[in-house]
Formats: sequence, structure tokens, C-alpha cells
Amino acid sequence: MGFFSKIKNIFNKKEEQKEDNSVKLYDTGLEKTRNEFVSKLSFLGIKYTKIDDEYYEALEEVLINADIGINTVTKFMDSLKKRVKEENISSTKDLTEVIVDELFIIYVNNESLSDKIVVEKGKKTIILFVGVNGVGKTTSIAKLGYKYKNQGYKVMMIAGDTFRAGAYEQLKEWSEKVDTYFYGKDNADPSSVIYDGLEEALNNDSEVILIDTAGRLQNKDNLMQELSKMNKVIDKVIPDAIRETLLVIDATTGQNGILQAKAFKEITDVTGIVLTKLDGTAKGGIVLAIKEEVNIPVKFVGLGEKMTDLEPFDIENYIYGLFKDMM
Amino acid sequence: MFEYMGDRISNAIKNIRGMGRISEDNINDALREIRLALLEADVNYQVVKEFINNVKEKALGQSVEKNLKPDELFIKLCKDELINLLGSDYVALNTNGNPATLMLVGLQGSGKTTTCGKLANMLRKKHAKKPLLVACDIYRPAAIDQLKEIGKQLGIEVYEEGKEKPVDIVANALNYAKENHFDYVIVDTAGRLHIDDALMQELADITEVLKPQETILVIDAMMGQDAINVINGFNEKLKLTGAILTKMDGDTKGGVALTVRHLTNVPIKFVGNSEKMDGLTEFYPERIASRILDMGDILSIAEKVEGIVSEDEAKDQMQKMRKGDYNLEDFLVNMKQIKKMGPLSNILKMLPQARQMGLNNVDIDPKDMAHIEAIVLSMTPYERRHPECIKASRKQRIAKGCARSVEEVNRLLKQFEEMKKMMKLMANGNMKLPF
Repeated sequence: MGFFSKIKNIFNKKEEQKEDNSVKLYDTGLEKTRNEFVSKLSFLGIKYTKIDDEYYEALEEVLINADIGINTVTKFMDSLKKRVKEENISSTKDLTEVIVDELFIIYVNNESLSDKIVVEKGKKTIILFVGVNGVGKTTSIAKLGYKYKNQGYKVMMIAGDTFRAGAYEQLKEWSEKVDTYFYGKDNADPSSVIYDGLEEALNNDSEVILIDTAGRLQNKDNLMQELSKMNKVIDKVIPDAIRETLLVIDATTGQNGILQAKAFKEITDVTGIVLTKLDGTAKGGIVLAIKEEVNIPVKFVGLGEKMTDLEPFDIENYIYGLFKDMM
Repeated sequence: MFEYMGDRISNAIKNIRGMGRISEDNINDALREIRLALLEADVNYQVVKEFINNVKEKALGQSVEKNLKPDELFIKLCKDELINLLGSDYVALNTNGNPATLMLVGLQGSGKTTTCGKLANMLRKKHAKKPLLVACDIYRPAAIDQLKEIGKQLGIEVYEEGKEKPVDIVANALNYAKENHFDYVIVDTAGRLHIDDALMQELADITEVLKPQETILVIDAMMGQDAINVINGFNEKLKLTGAILTKMDGDTKGGVALTVRHLTNVPIKFVGNSEKMDGLTEFYPERIASRILDMGDILSIAEKVEGIVSEDEAKDQMQKMRKGDYNLEDFLVNMKQIKKMGPLSNILKMLPQARQMGLNNVDIDPKDMAHIEAIVLSMTPYERRHPECIKASRKQRIAKGCARSVEEVNRLLKQFEEMKKMMKLMANGNMKLPF
């Protein structure tokens, strides 16, 4: 089994890099999920010795409780059952490793593992942040701005959320803390704010431009249309910029996260997902559900409340953080 | 809200229609469908299991009542079980305090600050009392500004001391409220994780000082299976008196609603269903259950109407409809009343079988309503009372007066005539209502 040995390799490699900052972050950020989800999974291996319907049902419960979503779980169960048959697995202990492997396959799905955002000196990368209300868009911008600033880029934040009371002040306060350029105007049309902000970005040679937008529920058509207008404005002012549209999703969201991803993908070219508050939930399973059902890569994950706790998503670290106690 | 879950359940039940009696075989498929629907709606796994078992047991144990068809019986069982999960009775806010104190807590981004505003607005409107908002979120940048902004919009005073210690702020706010005769004190707290011991302790300290009548958890209706841990986490530390579900106007499947009460016994008091400051609705389990099953929520519509139209007015109009002398002036009055009830699309959604008739997705442009109103307003009072006198030249004048086309005026008049006929039939009881 190709993947299987690959997983083992990952774990060996990560054990060696244990002191690495990023690995550590995943380790602590996923602690809750690990404790709940993985301990239940291992417990299954002890409680049931035989692989039978009762075992499958208990397994299904564990997976659904982790927010992996019924569709993904059903598919997963089918392929697991098939493998059990083909490989003649009879003890639940052996099965645990196969489960980890299958979960990994869901995410990887024949694709490359890295989806980095391109940022270059002297060029412009524009990142538009979209999402429903209260997922942490503004805070994510602050954290990402901090990250790029520390890497030596000129960063600018534009307050495109002109709707929510206090949103402008919130981003402004962050930009002062992080020490980046800022543009915003209270009570204006968001597209015009972005227009003016980008003009200013052209003048001050910003290299990373982070644009905040108002939270919008995905079923509100007019608000969703507003997004395409913003995109047009960006195309017009800086046509040659490197573009990213990041959908911010709260990791505690259940299966609605999938609907969000689908709806936003339809209206605008979502290039990646920022999954926030992953440390606060015991249910990191939404990562798998989104990947399986919508196929948008997760690009960043929020693993804590500190400024440095927004990490580029790394599936190997993620799998390690989740399953290290089991392997 | 709930449409998705409801549609799947209704579909599942349809298949039972026409069967002679309920047997294990013929309900198994329906139950499987319902199970999937509930799980996809993020209802807690345990709750789903219980729900399915209960419905199944009752369905099989019951000899089909004579006057109920199997599908009707089945839908009744589902409804009873839903109400059971949602907690039977509506639990009103406890506001017996002078001032009554309320504290809103929850995770980051659940909508606490906005809900504080909505709650203050509602209390002021319903009870004509004076609320004070207290800003205690000293962590999130600009959270205090946000509350102040909301207070300004609503004309409700906000107490703040910048980023001082929340416990001190609350103590001072309480004194301030007493001195200035406020009736309610609503405290906005910072978002926090239920596992963050230091911050949870802060809430416990605030509780000591505030002694709130209501400690309300604000929770995002879109939350997944972790919801139960969050609710339990807050409940253990603070003894919650209620919950408010927010963002119900999204296409959330709202499974949390079914989980909260049943597993924690914390009653849901309100749901937030729009971004506007009046977007907070009381949570009546029975009505919600009806809506999930597309059986309509006439009671809520009636309540909305009650707040706007007096009984005499209503009787008067009924009389007119019956006689067939309902005219455009009455129509204008009605339109204004409907406007006061909030967006029409929200009201249509509450009608029985709304989803089946496709009323849940009607997009009513407020401009259309405004145009109709403009046309009617462009008529003379005589014309409004005697629409039959409106002929070509009058039509042209009306169209010019409101900057709409003659075709639109024609359409309106034609629709009005038809409406009048319908009303006469309905008011005289010659037509069966669709529900």
C-alpha cells in the first residue's frame, strides 16, 4: 500500500521535527480534536474485537460527531468496508491504521499537497477576504498582515467592510498594532473604498494588499453580487496583480460550512480557505468534508489566539497533530 | 431556516402516503431518509438516534387511528417528537429585577454585540422600558465602538469605561443604572472559548457582581457537532438561563435548535433572523415544529397583525370585503400595514405549505411595492373610492403623476378587481381556504 507506507514516513519525519514551531502549533492546536476524536477511535479498537455491523455503526457515530459530514462519512465507510474485505482485515486493531490512511486519502485525492500563496518583492498580491458573519475575517487579516510584515513585505490593509458597526475601527486598530498601511472610510460604498485604497496602494508600493469585506450570509443575493463588483474594481485598478480570494470559515461550523463554500465558489473565484478557530473545536473534521465535497484547498488554519497562530495549512502536520498518539 | 430539513422529512413522509397501514417495512425507508436529513442538519448524533427510535416505536405501537391516514399519523408523530425535542413551552425572559440584569456570553463571532442591541431594542419596544447597554468586551479591537455605534443608531445609552477590568465596569454600570433609573442592564461580554479557564473565571466574577436574572448564551445556528460541548462548557461554569440562536436567516439547517434544549435543558428564548435591529423573534417550539414540517405558522402571522391592526379596524374591513365595496383607499391602508409587518417574503414563508407552493423563495422587491403605492397615491381620492371611473385619460394622468407606465396602471387595476372578487368569495365563506 503506497499511501500506507507514506503515512508511516510522515510520522517518522514529524517525530524528528517535533521541536519545529509549526509542528508544535499543530500539535497543541489540535489537542482538543485529538483528545476527543482520536481517543474515541482508539477506544473502539479496544471495545470491539470483531469487525461487524455494530462496530461500523459505532465508527460512523465517531466520524459524524467530528463534523466530517454524512456524505463524506458514507463514502468513507463504503471504501473502508471494501478494503476490509479485500485485505481480509479481521481485527479492529489493524483497522485503526487503515482508517487513518483512508482519511488521508480523502484529503490528498491525487493532488499536490502544497498550495502556497505567491508573494513576491516588487510585485503586488491582492488577497480578498470573504465569508459569512463572525468567522474571523478581520482578525485573520491582522494575523496574515503580521506574518507578511515580518517577512519583510510592505503590507496594506483596506477596510472594505463598511456595513458592520465598528468594523472599520477594528481593522484600523489592527493595522496600527501591526504597523502596516491602512485605507478605510466609514459609511461609504465598499467598492469605492477599495478603489481608493488600491490607488493609494499603487502610490505607496505595497506588495501585499489585504482587503476586508463585510460578512454576508451566502443566501443573500444582493450582497453576493456586491462581491463581483469588488472584483471588477480590483481588475480595473491593478490588472496585473497576483490575485487570491480567501473564504474564511469558522471551524466550529457544521455542515453549513460546505454550503458556504459552494455558494461563495459559485459567485466568486475562491482560491483557498482560511479555517479559523480550529483550536477551539474538538471537531476538525470539516477540513475533510470541504475538501471532499467542494475541492477548495485549505490554505491557512487558525490554531490559537496569538498573532502568530495562523499557519499555512500543511496536511502532514495536520495528520500528525491528529493521530500522533495512535501510530 | 429549517427548510432543508423540513423538505427532506416531508419527502420521506410522502412515500408512506396511500399505504393501508404502518408496518416496519414501509416506514424504514422514510426513517432512514429522516435520519440522514437530521444528521446533515448537524443535529447531535445521540438526539437523532433517540428521535428515530421514538418515532419508530410509537408508529409501530399504535394501531392506526381511524380518522388518520398513515402518513398523517406519521407526520403527527414527527411533529410531537420535534416539539418534545424543542422543549414544549416558550420560556419568557425573567425580568424581575430593579434594574433587571441580563448578561450575554458566547464564543467569538457568535453575534453577541449585535444581539445585545436587538435585545435592548425589543425590550424597549415591547415593554416601554429604559435599557442600558454595558460594553465589557475589552479584548476585541473596536468592540466597544461597535456597541456604541449600535447604541447611537437605536438611541439607547451605552455605558463604557474603555478597557478597564470588566468586573469594575459592571459594578459601576450597575450603580449608574440605579441612579439614573434604568429598567434593564444588558451586559455585552467578550467572546471566549468555553475551555479558556481564565476568561471563564472572569465571567464567573462578573456574575458575582451583577447577579444577572438572565445569563444567555448566544450561539451561531450554523454550529456543528461541537455545539453540545460549547453549551455544556458555558452551562457548567455559569448556569445558563437561556440561549439565543443567531444567523437563522442564513440557509442554515438549524440542527442546533434540536440539540440545545434536549441535551442541556437550556431553553432557547429567541432566534436572530435578520441583520436589522428588529431581527429577533421569540422561540415557540410548537410553531417552529410546524414550520419544519411545512405546516405553517399562522399564529406568528396573527401576532404580527395584531400589533398593527386593531380589532375594530379588522371587523370593519371584513364587512367591506363581504359587501364587495373594498376600494383602493382600503387597499392603500392595508399596504401600509403590511409594510409595517416587515419584509413580505418573510411572512409568505410562514404560510402552510409555503415551500410546496414555492413561496419560500419568492424575491419580492420592495421597489415593486413602492411603485404600486405610488400609482395609488397618484389617484384622486374620488378615483380611489370609485376605481371603475378610471378610463383612458385618467389613466394617462395617473401614470404621469407617478412616473410609471399606463400598462402598469392597467395591471394594477385589473389585479385589484380580481382581488376584490376573491375577497368577496372568501369573506362570505363560499371559498375553502387553502388551509
